[in-house]
Amino acid sequence: METRRTPLYDFHLANGARMVPFAGWDMPVQYADGIKAEHLATRDSAALFDVSHMAQVWLAGTDADTALEQLTPTDVGAIADGRVRYSMFLDDNGGVLDDLMIARLGGDLQLVVNAGRADHDIAHLRANLAGDVTMSIRDDRALLALQGPQAPQALRRLGVDLDGFFFMQIGHFTIDGIDCIITRSGYTGEDGFEISMPADKAVQLAERLCADEAVSLAGLGARDTLRLEAGLPLWGHELDETINPVTAGLRFALSKRRREAADFPGADAIMKDWNDGPARQLVGLLPQGGRPVRDGAELEIDGTIVGHVTSGGFAPSLDAPAALGFVDAALTSPGTEINALVRGREVPVFVAALPLVPHRYIRG
Amino acid sequence: MLRYTEDHEWINLDGDTGAVGISPHAIEQLGDIVFVELPEAGTTVSKGDSVAVFESVKAASDIYSPASGEITEVNDALLDDLTSITPDRAHECWLFKIKVADAGELDEMMDEAAYSAMIT
Repeated sequence: METRRTPLYDFHLANGARMVPFAGWDMPVQYADGIKAEHLATRDSAALFDVSHMAQVWLAGTDADTALEQLTPTDVGAIADGRVRYSMFLDDNGGVLDDLMIARLGGDLQLVVNAGRADHDIAHLRANLAGDVTMSIRDDRALLALQGPQAPQALRRLGVDLDGFFFMQIGHFTIDGIDCIITRSGYTGEDGFEISMPADKAVQLAERLCADEAVSLAGLGARDTLRLEAGLPLWGHELDETINPVTAGLRFALSKRRREAADFPGADAIMKDWNDGPARQLVGLLPQGGRPVRDGAELEIDGTIVGHVTSGGFAPSLDAPAALGFVDAALTSPGTEINALVRGREVPVFVAALPLVPHRYIRG
Repeated sequence: MLRYTEDHEWINLDGDTGAVGISPHAIEQLGDIVFVELPEAGTTVSKGDSVAVFESVKAASDIYSPASGEITEVNDALLDDLTSITPDRAHECWLFKIKVADAGELDEMMDEAAYSAMIT
């Protein structure tokens, strides 16, 4: 299958990217400095990520809120103009079909969904949107993520006024003459921004941002290690149709009004876990001895399987291996020792609270 | 005598014993190396056996023995500083030495020129 290219494809090559196929796209996994350096630059300063492979889907019309509430556990009607919510598409068993961001700007809803699930999600929306709703797939727009503690200063140096603009807000801004829609959000655990702009302006904006000495480029490799440390789920790993939001530690994504009404897909199963506690739960895992523990490794105690690893690798900010996985509810206390089975070996891992590296969001 | 495998290992045979490592190209492709597992001296291995593991940030990669024989020495000093394993030091960063049972196994392997041609 032919891979798609974002508007920044040539820009990536010119900047020394190593390109890999990802979710049907040709994307930079790293640049010349490598994943560790790009990760640490994000935590220490600021890094720019091309996330144009994610789909931007806009919904307009008087029935858009109601339609989206049929598919998610979010109180969509309560999302004020200029606000962003984390949400998920649920199936009737309470499994997660995908996770997404929902923002309201100028009355319309703006969704960002995972690249690998975009075709599924768009079909799911199309099949379920009823009444006065118009869906537009904004593949005429690019998306850049500027992440890290220096991200706000880098934007201010380009004349962006961030006063009163905090975590999980969205607004219109002009950067270098380009009309941008910015959310203060991201996938790294750091303060940062996701910037949507017309596709034909993406290179200009990327070059302008990278001209700031605090900003360097980072690829999907660093994006993955950053989100791993931040304990943020990745669909296909910590989330899928067999995992419900309570099991995945995402209780915050279930709106109070929707829980009380229990009127979202899979509400029975999800509210049972909400009230009784799930059988298994997502935890952080810190492998001992330096050997990384990766996706798919089983977790055991005295020969009994008690869970499995969903994502794992090396955590540059911890300078040690780290992983995420599901374990039996009785084993979720930080410090609990479990064995991971890696290539026939037992690797001791300690359960750790999430996030493994504290979030540094700037809240209003 | 320096020879390469298609899996990017090199073996440098001196008498009946060869030092084994991985190529500059392999080190570059791995990216940041975060963990290395080496074999134990005294182990007898067959050509093609997985004898070591390199873990990068993203993945684990097996290292295969380029020849059959007995592992006589292991370069444990390499583990003290994994950042010293760089493409330009690839031929200093030997992993282990192997007493080769059948030097004829090396005949079918690539020399420097053939290996360079393969990776370009």
